[in-house]
Amino acid sequence: MASHAITEVQHVEENYLEVKSRWRGIFAWIFSTDHKRIGILYLVSSLTFFVVAATIGIFMRLEQLTMGETLMSPDVYNRLFTLHGVIMIFLLIIPGIPATFGNFFLPIQIGAKDVAFPRLNLLSWWLYIIGAILAITTLFLPGSLPDTGWTFYVPYAVRTGSNVALAVFAAFILGFSSILTGLNFLTTIHRLRAPGMTWHRLPLFVWALYATAWIQILATPMVGITLLLIIFERVLNIGIFDPTQGGDPILFQHLFWIYSHPAVYIMVLPGFGVVSEIIPTFSRRTIFGYKLIAYSSLSIALFGSLVWGHHMFVSGESDTANIIFSFLTFFIAVPTAIKVFNWTATLYKGSIALEPPMLYVLSSIFLFAIGGFTGLMQATLPIDVHVHDTYFVVGHFHYTMFGGTIWVMLAGLLYWFPKMTGRMYNKKVAYLAWPFMFIGFNVLYGTMMYMGWKGMPRRYYDHLPEFHTDHVIATVGSWLLYIGILILLGNLVYALYRGAKAPDNPWGGATLEWKTTSPPPLENFTQEPVIKHEPYYFREEDNG
Amino acid sequence: MKSIHALTVEEHRDFEGARLGMWLFLLTELILFTGMFILYAMYRLKYSAEFHRASLELDVVIGTINTLVLLTSSLTVALSIEALKRNSRKLALWMLGATIFFALVFLVNKYFEWSAKIHHGIYPGSQELMQRSLGEVIYFNLYYSMTGLHGLHVLVGMVVLIWLFVLIARKSQKKYVVHNPHVEQLVGSEIAILKGEKDGWLVDKIGDNVEQVEIKITYEPKAGEVDLPNIIKLENAGLYWHLVDIIWIFLFPLFYLIS
Repeated sequence: MASHAITEVQHVEENYLEVKSRWRGIFAWIFSTDHKRIGILYLVSSLTFFVVAATIGIFMRLEQLTMGETLMSPDVYNRLFTLHGVIMIFLLIIPGIPATFGNFFLPIQIGAKDVAFPRLNLLSWWLYIIGAILAITTLFLPGSLPDTGWTFYVPYAVRTGSNVALAVFAAFILGFSSILTGLNFLTTIHRLRAPGMTWHRLPLFVWALYATAWIQILATPMVGITLLLIIFERVLNIGIFDPTQGGDPILFQHLFWIYSHPAVYIMVLPGFGVVSEIIPTFSRRTIFGYKLIAYSSLSIALFGSLVWGHHMFVSGESDTANIIFSFLTFFIAVPTAIKVFNWTATLYKGSIALEPPMLYVLSSIFLFAIGGFTGLMQATLPIDVHVHDTYFVVGHFHYTMFGGTIWVMLAGLLYWFPKMTGRMYNKKVAYLAWPFMFIGFNVLYGTMMYMGWKGMPRRYYDHLPEFHTDHVIATVGSWLLYIGILILLGNLVYALYRGAKAPDNPWGGATLEWKTTSPPPLENFTQEPVIKHEPYYFREEDNG
Repeated sequence: MKSIHALTVEEHRDFEGARLGMWLFLLTELILFTGMFILYAMYRLKYSAEFHRASLELDVVIGTINTLVLLTSSLTVALSIEALKRNSRKLALWMLGATIFFALVFLVNKYFEWSAKIHHGIYPGSQELMQRSLGEVIYFNLYYSMTGLHGLHVLVGMVVLIWLFVLIARKSQKKYVVHNPHVEQLVGSEIAILKGEKDGWLVDKIGDNVEQVEIKITYEPKAGEVDLPNIIKLENAGLYWHLVDIIWIFLFPLFYLIS
């Protein structure tokens, strides 16, 4: 007797790493529109660039170990600090957290299957890689690497014989990639939240990405047009900033910083979001001041676009403009401080577990606070006039960007690594890397600030005898820091192949990514989640 | 015992999302041009007399014609969207074709306008231009970069409209790819698709080496049925075209009518 049984094809959910597509090998990655695979693509590429640019930094420090020309000529030194800046800023810090963890976890944290425009998402990674390749291609072309510094200031950017036009075009393409990511995230957050995921139940990482995406969309086109105009000027001789053709180079600085100051919030806001995720998880209690943290991201995005003039205090801005920009710069410290206060209040009476991610986050808050306070010093007009273009600025910048963003990115990597790969790394080695990094960091950049305060100008390949001891100390710090980074990343690479299998929720996190498997299935959840609580709800789920 | 496997194909479409994405993109375009308008404002403040003198040399007639052409093209693209919504594909295609034609007219006009200027030796970095006052030089530099950038946008918009023309003229196609981790279970079985109440079943045998099941469905919207995916695409392209138009509406007086 024939009977017809209607059954579903057996439905075992495979995780996203096992799912077969019509592409094989590396093509299964670089042609994938899965947000998780794209996140990993960004992660691998940006960390590779990180190691490259850090190595360049090591070489620059080695040149400063001795006086006079030893390792490289001044010309090579100029090109190296430009390359170091361009790679770190455009290829690591800007896409670093949003395009890696944002891509991977934004859809999961709001309970979606993917981002709103998956193909656009893949396109933005491709643009990122094309931009990176173009930037590196300059090395092999006549003129070689640009020697202008990452800011591409005119008139030097127009006059120099180095290959500025192509490098600037690369930055333009990277900006386009950044815009597409922002556009994608905004639409995703607006349209693809799971049932019950109201705005005030969004994890704070999502809020941070939301504010970041707005800056990406509103500010990036401004640098886009500025960079295009440099290309016009170099290639077509259309002088817009050239004084001999009636132009004004200061206008370039304005347009550049109208983007590039908000851009430092593109760099640091997602980091704040990661901190707001890690602290509640390892304090085992809900975040303190959820709404304040969420809205302070938005207000940073807003006020961050009004302070660009503080980069130009000594460029001949009027005193009135200087005073206004100085005042507004002080003002922007308020929402940032709100965040730090709320994080500290979250720790208060929490059940703190000092796991590796937490250790790195707490030290990051310490480093970022130093960066923040020295930022306020520079917002003060009389101080800025003296420390402008010295190592003090370099130190401050690294305390905020490295201490605030990259440091948190590494913490996020330690936090989410088991979820992304399904493997657990060796925690002891992760602890071991910490003293190297923390001590190395402070020895390197702390000393830089100190000698900047004494008057050591930045971007010089050589130094005067009175700065020699300081430079030797800083160089030793750079070795410690570099060793720490290599231990940390090496540990993760090792874990990728040999690590123990990670449980679904190794840290006891409460947000949605911890409620799915490690690694997550192709469409993130076996069942569409329904959200009933605020994001950091650590009590047992009641099924009633 | 014979078992029947039901494979589900899903399609995710979010028209609201697509529209939101487009508006955000338009915002970025607007800011791109804002940068140029800021530069224009600063330089005009500095060199208002020279700007006035230089602007006398532009051909207001060609500028006016181009303004009318672009405004009309904005109308035709709006009509095309409305026609497609009311399901008259033919009219939609005619109107879209007219828009593309106007875009071409605009670019041809621009070409003649620019080449006349270049013929008179007025182009960036030319000897003729360099002998003039700084304000006039920067005026023409701005003129070339701003109208050039705008012309580039017209060109891109035209390409997008041509792509949509092809898309709407062609029969709609849909491709379903069945994602299932265990497609190999289907080896040796038959796949059957219910075509419709009257048309019955379409049956096909699956071979030994199956990695993925791909089902391609071609359909044409019937009368009274709107072609929604194409409408959204056309609407978004229309929005982009209106942006190109709006920017020109600002460029025209700022360069041609300030004398």
